[in-house]
Amino acid sequence: MRAAVLIQRWYRQYVARLEMRRRCTWNIFQSIEYAGEQDQIKLYSFFGFLMDHFTPASRNLISHIFRENEICRDSEWERYFCYKGIEVPDNYTGPHLTFPITFCGVSKLVEAFKQKQQLHARYVLQILGETWRLLRILPNINYVSVCHTKDITICGDLHGQLEDLLLIFYKNGLPSSEKPYVFNGDFVDRGKNSLEILLILFGFLLVYPNDVHLNRGNHEDHIVNLRYGFTKEILGKYRVHGKKILKLLQKIFSWLPVATVINEKVLVVHGGISDSTDLNIIAKVDRHRYVSVLRPPKMVRQALNDNKTVDCRNGDAGGPEEGRRRVRSLTDHSSATAQRSNLPRRSLHNLPISNQSSCSVEDELKKRRRLAGFDQSYREMKTSDSDSDPEFGETTEKDGNEWKQIVDLLWSDPMPQNGCILNEVRGGGRYWGPDVTEEVLGRHNLQLLIRSHECKQDGYEFCHNHRVLTIFSASNYYEVGSNRGAYIRMGPDLVPHFIQYQASRTCRELTLRQSVGWTERSALRALREQLFVHKSDLISAFQECDPNHTGLISLRNWASATESVLKLGLPWRVLRSQLVSRTQQGMVDYQQWIRELSITEPKLEVSDTSILETMYKNHSNLETIFRIIDTDHSGLISFEEFRQTWKLLSSHLEMEISDKAIADLAQSIDFNKDGSIDINEFMEAFRLVDLSAHTWQPETGAVASPV
Amino acid sequence: MADNQFSKKSGEISTIIYSLGCFPAQADLHDFIAEVRTEITIGYIHLERFLPVMTKVLLEQKFPPIPEDHLLQAFEVLDKEKKGYLEPEELSKYMTQEGEPFTQEEMDEMLTALTDRDSNLIYYKDLISQLTIDPDM
Repeated sequence: MRAAVLIQRWYRQYVARLEMRRRCTWNIFQSIEYAGEQDQIKLYSFFGFLMDHFTPASRNLISHIFRENEICRDSEWERYFCYKGIEVPDNYTGPHLTFPITFCGVSKLVEAFKQKQQLHARYVLQILGETWRLLRILPNINYVSVCHTKDITICGDLHGQLEDLLLIFYKNGLPSSEKPYVFNGDFVDRGKNSLEILLILFGFLLVYPNDVHLNRGNHEDHIVNLRYGFTKEILGKYRVHGKKILKLLQKIFSWLPVATVINEKVLVVHGGISDSTDLNIIAKVDRHRYVSVLRPPKMVRQALNDNKTVDCRNGDAGGPEEGRRRVRSLTDHSSATAQRSNLPRRSLHNLPISNQSSCSVEDELKKRRRLAGFDQSYREMKTSDSDSDPEFGETTEKDGNEWKQIVDLLWSDPMPQNGCILNEVRGGGRYWGPDVTEEVLGRHNLQLLIRSHECKQDGYEFCHNHRVLTIFSASNYYEVGSNRGAYIRMGPDLVPHFIQYQASRTCRELTLRQSVGWTERSALRALREQLFVHKSDLISAFQECDPNHTGLISLRNWASATESVLKLGLPWRVLRSQLVSRTQQGMVDYQQWIRELSITEPKLEVSDTSILETMYKNHSNLETIFRIIDTDHSGLISFEEFRQTWKLLSSHLEMEISDKAIADLAQSIDFNKDGSIDINEFMEAFRLVDLSAHTWQPETGAVASPV
Repeated sequence: MADNQFSKKSGEISTIIYSLGCFPAQADLHDFIAEVRTEITIGYIHLERFLPVMTKVLLEQKFPPIPEDHLLQAFEVLDKEKKGYLEPEELSKYMTQEGEPFTQEEMDEMLTALTDRDSNLIYYKDLISQLTIDPDM
């Protein structure tokens, strides 16, 4: 019947349009997320650069993040983390734990967390201490057998989303010797219950050490945690003992195994592989030397080498032959050939200094030191080597190779094309192709690679001819309704079965149209924020396309200019209709468009508006630097520290920020009027709020009209 | 979206064609795919082959959109008793048995999207205007 055909065709078209929008939205969230990770790595390597080129005295501001785990001997650790001195007050209403911990104890803990209770610091330190003791005796790679009577369950990223873990336990049952589990990393950051998830996982690990297996993810890393919320969560929940807890967690993260192999046939790692992945090498590595995977492995009491070549031009190009580098970059250049895309991605590999080949090295150094407020002479710097931190021993070729193996396991992503190239989007690890999968699996006699690390719409996704499987267990990751989470059940036949879920009640009832709409609005809001903070750069770019100052540019120029500023690799022309409300005969009035990106201005009067824009643009960087500087984790920093933060940031960004501007800013945000600045309050004042928000009511699908 | 990939899976071609504003029939889609597919890459389609064929389709306006009143008439044909609405079972019957039948999955999704929650009926007149405009929420 013709009528039926017409309706069917119309409906299919409608669904396809929705699907297209969903994918766009997805792209937006994902690129902003990965750009953030890239930023963090850049910030971190910038600090590494500073560490390399400044005297110990002036490095003190930030050096402590590099001085990891000063206490080297185990007996000292035990004393430092002794929980025995911590009293549990009578008015404590949270759960009590007894040790050795039992299944009942952990289930009670799960119940307590469900009731939103908080575990007392004494018990936290106790669990963490026990966990550390156990992890130390585990090998780098867990070898697991699945037999007839029991399946194994494999979960992906949880990212602090306790509701998802509880949902998994509800659907699948708690871990036990009858119900083995593998948790594939990224337990923390972003969600608000990272610690509760860790405590539950560690609890079950302690009770069933042979049946619960944890793999380290790229977020089990204190440097990453500084930016993505875990550090903040701990310090917020445990004001007195937070610092100790963080230090103990640093150690624990470094002792987490990096891979699990099931029935010698299925490899489970958090990120993925590269063409050089070799499980034999990985099995022999001293994994605990990688306190943060972003740094070369720490040396333990190594003798110093007294002539270090300070080769500033190649800030990061340390190939294996340059073994005397003090700070190595995260990815080296040796295999960098093809580019995944032609978009100029900023990456770890191009430390700013390497772009300035015209300046002399010494000029560059002077400029950076001045910008950072460290006024030392070049000579002083050279003779300071003998003062150097014993942590910065030389990195050998063997170390460099091992380090690369570990980073690749935790940070890599698959790509559809053959080959193996640097993962410039994330800033660490590789992109690997189907040919690499075949080669590596073949070499190790494996049949399947299960990994996580990337959010997937349906919670899981196959690629590389079904040889690689991504599993992601944090539902609604980008936004409510954005994606389902999933976990895998696998029996001795090693065929994966998937169970999907979505944590929030509301979103399960949403139709496709509603959930796409909601997520899309959220993504566009995030994107408009990004556009807003890059206002000045955008206007400059548009003006370049408008030599006659007409105020109008073509859509094509609009798209390419926007991409050149934001570098997110998004399909701007497709997004255009959502971002630009009016065009005149295919031309965009760009000044008006920028004005229409109505994002609120802060509540404060600040004379220098360019510093504001810098602040918005570098929101996360700023916060990270603050947290690093706030050594006693009090949440407060002094004016001087505030000034130093800005100096560091301006050096990192290669911008001049005047002392006066900084002083003005500091005065205007001294909320407590006591000479110190509360980090959280400060960051709150500069959080962007989208003024153009329409109110969206998911239950009815109606949209309240904008005012 | 197309800018960054040089190959696409065959199944996604229909999504792309639809979202470019075309309304091909299933048979048209099969023809299109046959034209662009190569023997070498099974399951994937190269951008270089896709672009010229797609451009031709767009320029010739080969699969024009369905006007709203035609759509309304189509629904009215199905609504024999002229009630002004359709019941889910009625719509399902037509969609899954006639024309270019829906799969069960497509049918379930359509019912969830179009059925009014309280009355469990499909008020097609309201829906058409709501859903034909680009859902720009």
